[in-house]
Amino acid sequence: MNALDFSGVIARSDLLIKGVWLTAQISLAAMVFALIIGVLAAVLTLAGNKFLRWPVLAYVEVIRNTPFIVQVFLIYFGLPALGLRLEPISAAILAMSIYGGAYTSEIIRAGIQSIGKGQIEAGRALGMSPLTIFRYVVLKPALSSVFPSLVAQFILLLLSSSVVSAISVPELTGTGNDIQGLTLRNMEIYLVIAVIYVGLVAALKGGMTVLERVLFPFKFLRR
Amino acid sequence: MFQQFSFNHVLFMLTGLGWTIGLAAIALVGGSIAGSVLTLMRVSSNPVLSRIAQFYIFVVQGTPLLVTLFIAYFGTTYLGFSIAPLTAIAVAFSFYAAAFLGDIWRGAIQSVPVGQREGAHALGLSRAHAMRYIIVPQAIRIATPPTVGFFVQLIKNTSLASVVGIVELTRTSQIVSNATFKPLEVYLTAALFYFLVCFPITLFSRSLERRLSA
Repeated sequence: MNALDFSGVIARSDLLIKGVWLTAQISLAAMVFALIIGVLAAVLTLAGNKFLRWPVLAYVEVIRNTPFIVQVFLIYFGLPALGLRLEPISAAILAMSIYGGAYTSEIIRAGIQSIGKGQIEAGRALGMSPLTIFRYVVLKPALSSVFPSLVAQFILLLLSSSVVSAISVPELTGTGNDIQGLTLRNMEIYLVIAVIYVGLVAALKGGMTVLERVLFPFKFLRR
Repeated sequence: MFQQFSFNHVLFMLTGLGWTIGLAAIALVGGSIAGSVLTLMRVSSNPVLSRIAQFYIFVVQGTPLLVTLFIAYFGTTYLGFSIAPLTAIAVAFSFYAAAFLGDIWRGAIQSVPVGQREGAHALGLSRAHAMRYIIVPQAIRIATPPTVGFFVQLIKNTSLASVVGIVELTRTSQIVSNATFKPLEVYLTAALFYFLVCFPITLFSRSLERRLSA
């Protein structure tokens, strides 16, 4: 056993910072798209039209019951056969959004289903338009009640971004692989990267706690 | 010259599927043993043990599985163990599974109503006996659906072992894809195999959940 020597890894900290930045960018982009897909998919499954419902349910089940890395390979290596060739980073964001959207839709669906019928009727009685009812009476309270589950899902999405290093996206794990090739200090680099991911997860959790207070101040009212 | 994507390739991928399921099963067994220990530490009245378990769960759940696998893969050679990569990876999956199972099972134990514990104490049962005969049997009922659900996650996540060279379903698919240059067909086949294994287990987990809430 050799002593751990972090000097080679520290010397490449500029690469690591770039990797962290790319991880943050693709993860945040995927979270936004996953949320949009999740809301749309949840609304379509609850809308009642079975021609809309079945394809969406199939999408959710297929994504949830196949590995993320296979989805990434299908999008990056498989889609060119259908004439769609994507850059690694675009392929990564697309794969993460589709993957995250399937899980997010299940969470949001549960949130929407928890909204009482009386709430919607009250909105109608107050003369709100259907869109206003959906936005303020259904969606906002639904998101606020499932917010902790959404955060947990976003953390998993952040961690899953490491998988896209397999299609040579130079995010944090990909950068780690590169530095490993440069320094041959494999143990040191992956330990450092693990610590950085734990830090990113903690930062995301903290950021989401602040966001929750900003978006849903009514959850924190003193009664 | 590229090969045609043939039935023999599919058979080769099926041998990979065997390893996928085997690795997931090993991780479930190993993870259950370590996960039980973690659960007991987490619910113990000793704050140090509880904190250690909490920290372990926080770190493992906060690290991408892929990075955990790299650490296990390089770590064993680094520490000078001469064990096969497959063994190192199986151990890493067990530690990974333990962190999630420990968390799921702690939740199950804590969701058993407090009155049950109090009743056991009132009847003169010791803490250990109350746990063994009153709390755990009820917690197992609560914990079964999410545990089965987590097994699906494990099966899917063994696909990451392909990155460190374990020849399971995803790795065999990569090999076939490189040989035939038919990535779309090959990875769709792989996805189908995963789906055929995972979806029934997902449905089983859901039916367990429904039976429990009924």
